[in-house]
Amino acid sequence: MILKPQLNDIKNIGYYLGRIILCIGLTMFLPFITGLLLFREPNPALDFLISANLTIFIGLALSWLCKTDRDLHSGPAMVVIALSWLAAMALSAVPLLLSGHYKSFLDACFETMSGFTTTGLTLVQDLDHLSRTHNLWRHLGPFIGGQGIAIIAISFLLEGTSGSLNLYLGEGRDEKLVPNVIHTARFIWAISIVYLILGTLALGLVGMSIGLKPPSAFFHAACVFMAGFDTAGFAPRSPNILYYHSLMFEIVTIFFMVVGSFNFNLHYQIWTGNFKEIRKNIETRTLLFVVMIVTLITMAGLRQMGVYSDGMIMFRKGFFQLISGQTTTGYMTIYAQQFIREWGDLALTGIIIAMGLGGCACSTAGGIKMLRVGIIYKAFRQDIKSILLSPNAIVAHKFHHIKTMFIEDRQVRAVLIVTLGYFLLYGLGTLVGVAVGYPFLDALFESTSAAGNVGLSCGITDTSMPAILKVTYIIEMWAGRLELMSVFALIGFLVAFVKGR
Amino acid sequence: MLCFVPIVSISNSYAQPSTSLDLLNNAKQYDGKTISYKGEVIGEVMVRVDYAWLHVNDGYIAIGIWAPKKMIQDIGYIGDYHKKGDTVEVFGTFHRSCSEHGGDLDIHASEIKTVASGSPVIQPISRKKVYLGVYSLILVLLFYAIKKFFRHR
Repeated sequence: MILKPQLNDIKNIGYYLGRIILCIGLTMFLPFITGLLLFREPNPALDFLISANLTIFIGLALSWLCKTDRDLHSGPAMVVIALSWLAAMALSAVPLLLSGHYKSFLDACFETMSGFTTTGLTLVQDLDHLSRTHNLWRHLGPFIGGQGIAIIAISFLLEGTSGSLNLYLGEGRDEKLVPNVIHTARFIWAISIVYLILGTLALGLVGMSIGLKPPSAFFHAACVFMAGFDTAGFAPRSPNILYYHSLMFEIVTIFFMVVGSFNFNLHYQIWTGNFKEIRKNIETRTLLFVVMIVTLITMAGLRQMGVYSDGMIMFRKGFFQLISGQTTTGYMTIYAQQFIREWGDLALTGIIIAMGLGGCACSTAGGIKMLRVGIIYKAFRQDIKSILLSPNAIVAHKFHHIKTMFIEDRQVRAVLIVTLGYFLLYGLGTLVGVAVGYPFLDALFESTSAAGNVGLSCGITDTSMPAILKVTYIIEMWAGRLELMSVFALIGFLVAFVKGR
Repeated sequence: MLCFVPIVSISNSYAQPSTSLDLLNNAKQYDGKTISYKGEVIGEVMVRVDYAWLHVNDGYIAIGIWAPKKMIQDIGYIGDYHKKGDTVEVFGTFHRSCSEHGGDLDIHASEIKTVASGSPVIQPISRKKVYLGVYSLILVLLFYAIKKFFRHR
């Protein structure tokens, strides 16, 4: 028998949802202040004042109406997370819609979901005339969403209860860096802000050396860093990273994309002086192996097509898009049309594999994740060994991820369920893409990019694409970022609400 | 008659400026050809010693133009939020993968003509937005005060 959620359960969810919405509203004051004082763009700044007030009002009202002292259990916490990402998408879309650069509210919602989930697919129109204030918000989205929307609330507005821990876990992060969840959340912010300063400085200096004026260079640097480290792939200008025409800019961007795709737990180990962890960790080893394989596939494909006459040029172009796909960033130094028209099926397959597998767990990256790929590989090896050895032999495999652990069946089952979920998600988008008339490989590429929170595009993502496909990609980005579980929890909650007794 | 043929073919290639979409969709056919491309100068001009990068957007997407520095001296306005950039027509060689610039898709300009001058975009402060922003701020502060008041009681 399914139990119908009680009023107290709904109030519990409403209270925490309200607190998170309040946080989102407060972050809108940043573009408001910078827009007004730094960029001297009063109208765009006012868009953020209006949107911030609306969002804060909703957040305050919800947390007041649903005021409760009850702690949040894991099931309702997942529902809060799933709903808070939808609320963040809708409310953050308001200032973008007011900018006049989006054809509809759906397009603005697509943009914000793409930003928060660190995907990077975009439906903005006339990006090159978009105000800096709105552009800053586009890039702040990934910086907030990459670390986690609930992480902000946990860091600043919630008490260190088990409810906070459940919210943290519900956002697709299952690793605590330090025993206290608030300290973990604050550490994630601390790492991100230190990298933000270093990244902006590095990219700003490169920007100045390639001919950008200092204010422009540092604005571009901050935007590119936020969307690069948080593996989102938004850029302030329409040609994306190709705009800069600079090898040095590409190298620095690659560095931050890779760093951003690392597990925050690995960052913590490095920060505490445990450099050996990089070499021993199952995720970094798997990542290195996968990158080598997909590089070979992609280069073979590019060579077959003869797109680039020079080997170094082929490597530069191929490797940048590949790392961008693997880290699920989505930065491009080619145009979307070139993928389909010039790269050929084999090179595209290499990129699709990289996008589908993604970066590391507990990072800003999307996709299936290297930890899962590594565990599946080890479990597979363990099973093959068991078959080959005598029936009485006990085969046990270990893996190293911060500490050395034995592979357990329960763990493998959980990993396989999520992996299967991702494949279903990739398939769902492909099916809808094909149904509305796109070729199979194009539809698979774009669907994997959306569900894996990558952002590389072969040209399907455009304001003219059917609304059903926009909605499908929004669902894919949302479910992919939350690693499906919170979405399943929300569906379960709604079913219980309708069918429960 | 024989002398006339190349003149006709060149003038034909300049007759209708190519669009960015056309160039991207048919990059292989255009590769190494002399083309003309028209659009608005946007972003920033990035000077690299004697040459510079500028970007021209024809309404679909911006394409990078590599031009000698002295060729771009007449450009007055570069488009962004505050300005509408000059509309220029670029004549030059299209590269789908430029060997000089690390495989970038670009156009090496041999001539840049300003077709229409840009202008500053004057955006008066929207009174509607000011009222909405101020009133909603008052509403939120009032709501917060009421909430605090009831909590203390």
